[in-house]
Amino acid sequence: MSVTTQSPAPAVDPGKAAGTRLVDRVFKMRELAILLVFLVMIGITQAGNSEFLSEQGIKDLLLNATILVLVATGQALVVITRNVDLSVGSTLGISAFAAGNYLQGGGNSTVAILLAVALGVGCGLLNGALVSLGQVPALVVTLGTLYIIRGIDSIWVGSRQITASDLPDGFVDFGSGGISAVPYLALIALAVLVVVAYYLRHFGGGRELYALGSNPEAARLAGIPVRKRILAAYTACGALAGLAGALYLARFGNVDSATGNGYELTVVSAVVVGGVVFTGGSGSVYGAALGALLLTSINSVLPALGVSSVWVLAINGVLLVLAIAVDRIVALRVADALKKRNARHG
Amino acid sequence: MREPPVLAVQGLSKSFGAVRALHDVSLELYAGEAHALAGENGAGKSTLIKTLAGVHRPDAGELTLDGSPVVFHGPGDARDAGVAVIYQEPTLFPDLSVAENIFMGRQPRRSLGRVDHKAVHAAADALFKRLAVDLDPEQPARGLSIADQQIVEIAKALSFDARVLIMDEPTAALTGSEVARLFGVVRTLREQGAAVLFISHRLEEIFELCQRVTTLRDGGLIASEPLEGLTEDDLVRRMVGRDLDELYPKQDTEVGEVALSVRRLTREGVFTDVSFDVRRGEIVGLAGLVGAGRSEVARAVFGVDRWDAGTVEVQGKALLNGAPSTAMAAGLALVPEDRRAQGLVMDMSIERNIGLTGLRTTVRAGLMDRGAERSRSLDWAVRLQVKYARIADAVGTLSGGNQQKVVLAKWLATKPQVLIVDEPTRGIDVGTKAEVHRLLSELAAEGVAVLMISSDLPEILGMADRVLVMHEGRLTAEIPRARATEESVMAAATGRTA
Repeated sequence: MSVTTQSPAPAVDPGKAAGTRLVDRVFKMRELAILLVFLVMIGITQAGNSEFLSEQGIKDLLLNATILVLVATGQALVVITRNVDLSVGSTLGISAFAAGNYLQGGGNSTVAILLAVALGVGCGLLNGALVSLGQVPALVVTLGTLYIIRGIDSIWVGSRQITASDLPDGFVDFGSGGISAVPYLALIALAVLVVVAYYLRHFGGGRELYALGSNPEAARLAGIPVRKRILAAYTACGALAGLAGALYLARFGNVDSATGNGYELTVVSAVVVGGVVFTGGSGSVYGAALGALLLTSINSVLPALGVSSVWVLAINGVLLVLAIAVDRIVALRVADALKKRNARHG
Repeated sequence: MREPPVLAVQGLSKSFGAVRALHDVSLELYAGEAHALAGENGAGKSTLIKTLAGVHRPDAGELTLDGSPVVFHGPGDARDAGVAVIYQEPTLFPDLSVAENIFMGRQPRRSLGRVDHKAVHAAADALFKRLAVDLDPEQPARGLSIADQQIVEIAKALSFDARVLIMDEPTAALTGSEVARLFGVVRTLREQGAAVLFISHRLEEIFELCQRVTTLRDGGLIASEPLEGLTEDDLVRRMVGRDLDELYPKQDTEVGEVALSVRRLTREGVFTDVSFDVRRGEIVGLAGLVGAGRSEVARAVFGVDRWDAGTVEVQGKALLNGAPSTAMAAGLALVPEDRRAQGLVMDMSIERNIGLTGLRTTVRAGLMDRGAERSRSLDWAVRLQVKYARIADAVGTLSGGNQQKVVLAKWLATKPQVLIVDEPTRGIDVGTKAEVHRLLSELAAEGVAVLMISSDLPEILGMADRVLVMHEGRLTAEIPRARATEESVMAAATGRTA
């Protein structure tokens, strides 16, 4: 600012443009970096085991990632608003069982999926209402609903179990079928991902989610319906967890009262590894999806390389800490660059 | 008869808990008129503005828009009615681009209700051209200087052709020529029929820009009148309600040896090459604009933040970098700027809050000595005349002024040799303000070295033996009491070398 009024020879533009470019680059880089890590990992695995990227191999990779991608997409919506939904695992579990229970009685597959989504919407509304109206920290509220939903699920399901043989053949085929190496389920997840990403980028409501995560007080002053947006984010997150439940049923055909137990932590890891900042306002659903792809692929990569799968958890943890460390370092660097730029101009 | 006011309030009252922020205040804003809102810190100006902006709902009173009653259910309603507010503290979204910040919530749309990013960019560009500033619309708001953030706020208000433009100290962080340009823009808007409500602590700006003035004191309406025929002294008398000398009871003191010595202190990107001394018995004012790095220097000196280069000595003893406990042991105390976030534990009792600084000293056999803690806290609460029902009451139940006294008590209880106070009277009422000033003066008389950071110029001028001025991270002036005037301090604070 002061440049235009004070310095006689404003050598501003190069510095400012460089600052802007730097920031742009860093944010684009975040997704690219995950993609790169993913590709390198796949490349190394393929070099060590040429069977890895067979048609079935690719299909397995995609199928494994599908459900996590869906739930992570929903979670990213919530995390962008500076909140979190820990109940997604429970929502997924109860939705999967509800869909299975309905199909077991000879129901229609489409209706079963809609049922699961509707149940997810209900759970999301509950979370959203508690967080936005109750003004209680999301971490605590959704920890509560995690147990509540899991508890209801346990009482309802008891020791019952749904297996693939209880389900209509069409539903099971849908769960495992696909167009050459690309499973139907992955296509659904991709479609959802693209729609959500487009909404976040190109619609007022989507931009407002970023705004209220970036500075809640400023969002309120800008007249953004903060509660409504948070409620919407949670509802969408619940809906996607419900959809993921139905797809889980189609993929594995096996659901009991423990389905989805502890899943929320994997989801949150995927979102954070994917560069969605936990303090809100920044990140993308593409990043979250890439994070999900990366985490699930490790499960396939290690056996293919002959490494024991007991390493999976430890490696996931290292990735998570690494992602946060990288974010922190990048943030400090960017802040530094911007400050120096301002100092130069001041 | 003139047209009905664009926006008016009648009989407005608003309380927060036990604190009465506004009582029976009325105000009328007319098209084509710039209206000044005068009053001391804590007089209720911000509350009034937030009520006009739809942020607060009044407890009593009525708002009228073009003569008909209106209720703002939120900031969005006020905005839709054409009321734009530029707040003292810029309210931007750090993660979003400057252009998005301006149009958030009402972006130009294309088919299917999608945001037209190109139009947003172009419109932001056009606004910056109109304001004659050089800002990149795609730049993220994070990292903008305060002055740039303020410009973005002004562009935001301009972007919806506001009929009512409310500005809460918009000039506090601007340089002289930036102020002139802003006033140019505001005059144009006013001539086009906008009603302007303007707040500034610089009285000359009020006289320069405005036609009417409304003065508040302690939440009540003192006067609403044309500015013509009034003098600055008239305004000050209405604002303060007493003579200035009484508000700033500065005693002459015996200045002793150097108690705090800061040499070439630098924290990269925050402040650079800061050197100064504070002597026993002296009150040194540290003035400057918001964001000049004053609080940051204080935090570094006390050891809350680390410094990159330089030295700090208290009574000849060098302090360690980033170690508040050694600073406290050396006799340094810091009363922070934000008492809610940094000074007090709101849910804890007065007794316990004051006791916090004595956790290492009021100990018997390794356990807290509750009796000693209570008597130490009571002693200081009484000496500072904190008004409370019971010493075991939570600090959060006290008024702002009394909370500030508790923070002071907490630090005075450590019997400091060097006391750094950061905005000691922000947001507290006039009476308490005078008490705080008297207290600081007495401490100096007892030989304590006091460094007082304040954005309140009359306070700096009224209390300080010497005034240090910072501008964008550097000390730009050291002015002795005799030569310190609003002009000389502001010149140094805005980087115009006097």
